[in-house]
Order: sequence, then C-alpha cells, then structure tokens
Amino acid sequence: MATVKPLPPPAKYGGRHTVTLIPGDGIGPELLNHVRELFRFSCVPVDFEVVNVCSSTEDDINNAITAIRRNGVALKGNIETLHTLPASHKSRNNLLRTSLDLYANVMHCKSLPGVQTRHNNIDIMIIRENTEGEYSSLEHESVTGVVECLKIITRTNSLRIAEYAFKLAREKGRKRVTAVHKANIMKLGDGLFLQCCREVAAGYPDIAFDAMIVDNTTMQLVSKPQQFDVMVMPNLYGNVVSNVCAGLVGGPGLVPGANYGHDYAVFETATRNTGKSIADRNIANPTAMLLASCMMLDHLKLYDYATMIRNAVLTTMNETRVRLNSPRRCSPHTFHN
Amino acid sequence: MYFPGFSYEAFSACVLVMLWQTKHLLMFVGKITPNLTHVLGAVKKPALCSRSAFTRGLKTVTLIPGDGIGPEISVAVMKIFEAAKTPIQWEERNVTAIQGPGGKWIIPPDCKESMDRTLIGLKGPLKTPIAAGHPSMNLLLRKTFDLYANVRPCVSIEGYKTPYTDVDLVTIRENTEGEYSGIEHIIVDGVVQSIKLITEDASRRIAEYAFEYARNNQRSSVTAVHKANIMRMSDGLFLRKCREVAENFKDIKFTEMYLDTVCLNMVQDPTQFDVLVMPNLYGDILSDLCAGLIGGLGVTPSGNIGANGVAIFESVHGTAPDIAGLDLANPTALLLSAVMMLRHMGMHDYGKKIETACFDTIRDKKVLTGDLGGKSKCSEFTEEICRRVKDLD
Repeated sequence: MATVKPLPPPAKYGGRHTVTLIPGDGIGPELLNHVRELFRFSCVPVDFEVVNVCSSTEDDINNAITAIRRNGVALKGNIETLHTLPASHKSRNNLLRTSLDLYANVMHCKSLPGVQTRHNNIDIMIIRENTEGEYSSLEHESVTGVVECLKIITRTNSLRIAEYAFKLAREKGRKRVTAVHKANIMKLGDGLFLQCCREVAAGYPDIAFDAMIVDNTTMQLVSKPQQFDVMVMPNLYGNVVSNVCAGLVGGPGLVPGANYGHDYAVFETATRNTGKSIADRNIANPTAMLLASCMMLDHLKLYDYATMIRNAVLTTMNETRVRLNSPRRCSPHTFHN
Repeated sequence: MYFPGFSYEAFSACVLVMLWQTKHLLMFVGKITPNLTHVLGAVKKPALCSRSAFTRGLKTVTLIPGDGIGPEISVAVMKIFEAAKTPIQWEERNVTAIQGPGGKWIIPPDCKESMDRTLIGLKGPLKTPIAAGHPSMNLLLRKTFDLYANVRPCVSIEGYKTPYTDVDLVTIRENTEGEYSGIEHIIVDGVVQSIKLITEDASRRIAEYAFEYARNNQRSSVTAVHKANIMRMSDGLFLRKCREVAENFKDIKFTEMYLDTVCLNMVQDPTQFDVLVMPNLYGDILSDLCAGLIGGLGVTPSGNIGANGVAIFESVHGTAPDIAGLDLANPTALLLSAVMMLRHMGMHDYGKKIETACFDTIRDKKVLTGDLGGKSKCSEFTEEICRRVKDLD
C-alpha cells in the first residue's frame, strides 16, 4: 500500500524476506502465531525474526528498533503500557513509532460482506499523523496539583502527512479528502494543521478537500458514515476516529492497520488493543492480524501470496460454518483455507 | 426606576398600558398573572426585590432566548410550561458581549444580576459572529459563572428511530480546563504548542459532581475516560482524583476505560455505559458522539453546573438562521433541557409530565417538525404537546 515510496523492499536474502516480529502482550503472541502458521502452511517466502519486548526494561525496545532498522519491515502486537508506572516510563509503542519516524498511520475501514453491522457500505481511509500532536509525551508539573501537557504541531509534519494523504487518495482513485480538526478552539495548533492541509490540497485540484470539526465528525460517523471518503487528522483525533470507524465496521478484530515512514513500515491491528481479558483463551479474532500480514506482503511486493491469503480470510468469514462472536475457537478458522 | 409621589399601582398601570404595544405582551394574551410579574420584575429597582428566587410559590428562572430560532423555541417552551401549570416565572434577558471597564469583554450586568439572583437559567442557541473581536458568548457565560460541569443525558427517543436503540447514558464533562485552556504559543516559525492544563482541584470537583449525580439519579456506575497510557501525568492526575473520590462513594461502581476503547465499544454496544466522566476534549467528542447515537443535537438536552449553585440548561444545537422566524424549528432540545432543569430544581412531577407528553407526541408521529421527519410547524408541534400535557392532568 505504501507505493508512494519508490524504493525496493528491503532485506531479501536467497529469495526470502526477513521480517521483524514483535509479539507484544495480551492477544498479540497468539495472533502472531496464527500468522506464522498460515505463512508456513502457504509457503510464503518470509522468515520472522522474533524480538520479545518486555514492558519494563529499555533494552528490549531498543533491540526491537534495531531489528526493524535492519529488516525494514515489522509485524507487531501491542505492547502494554502500565500507567501505574512513573511518567518517565514512556509508552513502548509510541517510542517505536517516533524512533523510526513512522509518520503515517493508515487504516482502511471497509464494510465486510458477511459481517452484520448497523451501518453498511462504509469505505473510509483514515490517515493519522503518528509522531507528534498530543502524543509528544511532554508533560510537567509546574506547581503542585497543576499539570501541563504539551501538544506540538509542526508545519513540517503537517505538510508531510497531508502530502501523504493526497498522494494515497490519488493513487487509490479516491475523490475527497476531509481534514478533521478543532481549529475553532485550538486556533494556532489545529489552525496550522488545517492551513497545511489547504496548501497541499491546492496542488491536487482533482481531489475535493473539506474540513470538519472533530465532534461533528464523530456525530456524522454514527449517523451517516457513508459520506466520508479519505480522512486526515492529527494524532489524538486519529485515535478517536479510527476506533469509532473500527467499531462501525464490526469491531477491533477485523481491521488491520499500517504505520509507514520513509524507510520503515510496521504492520499491526488498527485499534492497537492488548486484549488482556481474552488472552490465551483461543477466542481472539485473528482477522485483523491476518489482514495486516497481507498488507505487509503487499508492501514486500509479494502480491500473489497477499491476494491468496486475503481471499481465504474473507471467504472464511462468509462461510456459515465459522461465524464471528460464536463460541467456536480461533484455531479452526485459521486452518480452514 | 422609582418616582416618589406616584402610587406604585398607578405607575404599574401606566407601564402596563405602554407595554401592551410590545410583542412580548402579545405573546402572553390571556395569561395575566405571570405577565404582570414579568413586567414588574423589569421595572422594580433590584435592591427592592427580595434576594430569594421565590415569589408567591413561584420559582424565577432566567431565560436567555438567544439568536436565530432561539426566540421561537423559547416561546414554545414557555407555552408548554404554562399548559403544565408549572410554578415557574420567566425573567428574559439578552446576552451580548459588551466591553466592561478595563476593556475586558463581559456579559451585560442585568443578565449577570438576574442569574446571580435566580441561580437557574435556560438558554437558547447563541451565535458567535466570526471576527467580532470578542470571545464566544458561551465561553463568556462559562467563565462568568464558573460552569465547571457539562452534563448531557443521552436517552434513545422512542419514535425517533436511529440505528441505536436503548441508549441510556450520561456524559459529564469537565468544562473549564484541559485542552481548551486556550493557551497556545508559536515557539519558532512552523512549530506551535498548545497547552493542556489539568489541575487537582478541577479534577476533584468534576469527579465529586459525577458521583453525586450518579447517587442522586440512581445510576449504578461511573466510568472515568482517559488516556493515561500516553498522557501519564495529566490524565494520570485526573484518574487519581477520580479514584480518591470513588472511595467515598462505595455504593457506586467505578471503572476506568481508555478513550479509544470507549469509542470502540460505544458504537458497538452503547448499553454497557452508564455515567461517564472525563476531561474537556474527550468530553466534547464523546458527548457529541452520544448525541449522534440518539438522533443529533436537535433532540439532546444539556445542562451546565457552576460553582455557587448556578445552573444553566441549554440547547446545544446551532441558531439555524436559515429557518429562523419561519415557525419550522424543533423545540425538543430546549424542552428536554427545561425538563432537566425542573428535575434539578426538584420538580420531578412536572418534569415527568412534560417529558411524557413530548415523547408521546414524537412516538405518535402525527405532528412532527421537519427535522424529525414530519411536516408540521413548530407551533403545531407545541400545541400538540400542550394538549397532551393538559390530558395528563
């Protein structure tokens, strides 16, 4: 999907790609095991370099980052952030994204046939700025009992993400890009973001551009989601909107997500859930992770394998024998194709 | 004004005659008693009236009709309250930004005086002209009365179908700080920082209000919505205060949930939520999300609770200038906010009566305004509700 980058896929030795695999916590390990099983079964020429990241030490995450730099591509589960730990302990997922400068988080929410939801015909691409905004992790307690948290918006990053959004929209033949913001309140911050989007939009006259305030956006999403095409937004609004859209198309177990930078790409589930409550019970839905692995195969230009696995997953979902939310176990689903 | 030598009755009679010419009086034809009090309230010297909001068993409420469709929906609400014989008298005030001493923008002093006296307000939509040079009126009101809690109960309306049924939750949003502190700086050209402010006092205050609300309204659980995994210190502080307050309310179940998880679950199964408490930005987004679940801002009530016992209830939709004055507006949002106000004042019976009449009218689908899918006028819709209210007696 990141064909905006003209460089060939990296780390190919003897016709086989090496991809970093970060199992993470909660349901991550079991879902990624399913991916490995499926790849082995389908003879996909990908080898996984597994790097475990434990939530407490710094070394593990640095090892993971080095491995991704080496291989260029990664597939990961979510690493839990215990918010009982002090503020100096940063979110591992966030650290990974900022160190590798994975500036674009891309999520494609499409209504899947065979999945019953309240809304139909949803087809929204969400492009979320992934490195700055509210996730800058810059906080301080200036006076006891008063905490300030800085939200940083820069021109460079806003232009970059807007450029990415429009390029992707053009490539995929999409007609409209909507910028989501709260510039009526955060006049300078979101105002800058909106201005950058407008500047980039001027260079793409074939694509319509409009802007919508984030609270109105969520209201419109739950009443008429079919009106949206491509959406671009800063970090926190992206978190909200992508979760709302994932809920609209059927839940966190169905939507894959990708994080793209100039040199690296990391694939995961779109809603980045750890899923501790359902871990190790063989009930987690592997669809999101399997579709994320298909996105990864597309990125590695292994299109045939990607299409084969994607079709298998979507066909399985349509089958009457295996249904979502049924008491059936997760593993038979994986081996059906 | 007070003219020594004149008899007060004669003076009132003169004023009454003069005011018969005005539109306000025409609206109250046939309803002399509340009309007179309204007129007398306007001409009496403030120091002469009693500080209490009670006069002859009636409670006085400050009414701010607002702009656009504001006046017509305010009239509709007043009519319905008349039909229900609620012991409310209205004091109308207008809110426009004026520059006070020192150049600071303030609300008109008569409005402030009225609110300080009555402590309860009902407000229609206010327009914020762009590039007017002054902050939004809503923001001014919030700052003037320290309206720290925004409460939005979202209940599915039977008869107004949305893809979501059985929604019954309340969002309580911290209204004074957080991401909306308005503190922004340009560090260097092309780099902007916005400051999100979280304080112990504000967090404790909103948490206490949320638990009090839950207890007083027989709600079983309160969920704190946060993003403390990313914003460790700020949302962490908010969460800590919520936990501390929860210790004093053991009868209410307290849970914590990440903002993204709430959004995800809200659109799949909103019935799992009861009372939600959160900082400003998340509250803004979630309260509008929940309003969308039940049918939009045209049917959603809202209340703002301030320190010092002030409470202002409002409709949160826009001024709709395109349909202003055409008798097409839908007064449901303002009416449900007024019902919330009655409940806040302890007049549960009247509130229930008016709410039932309103919901019955919508469920019946015979007389509905355009936005609800019907073809009736605002006045017809109001008449129908008035008729049902009288029948319920």
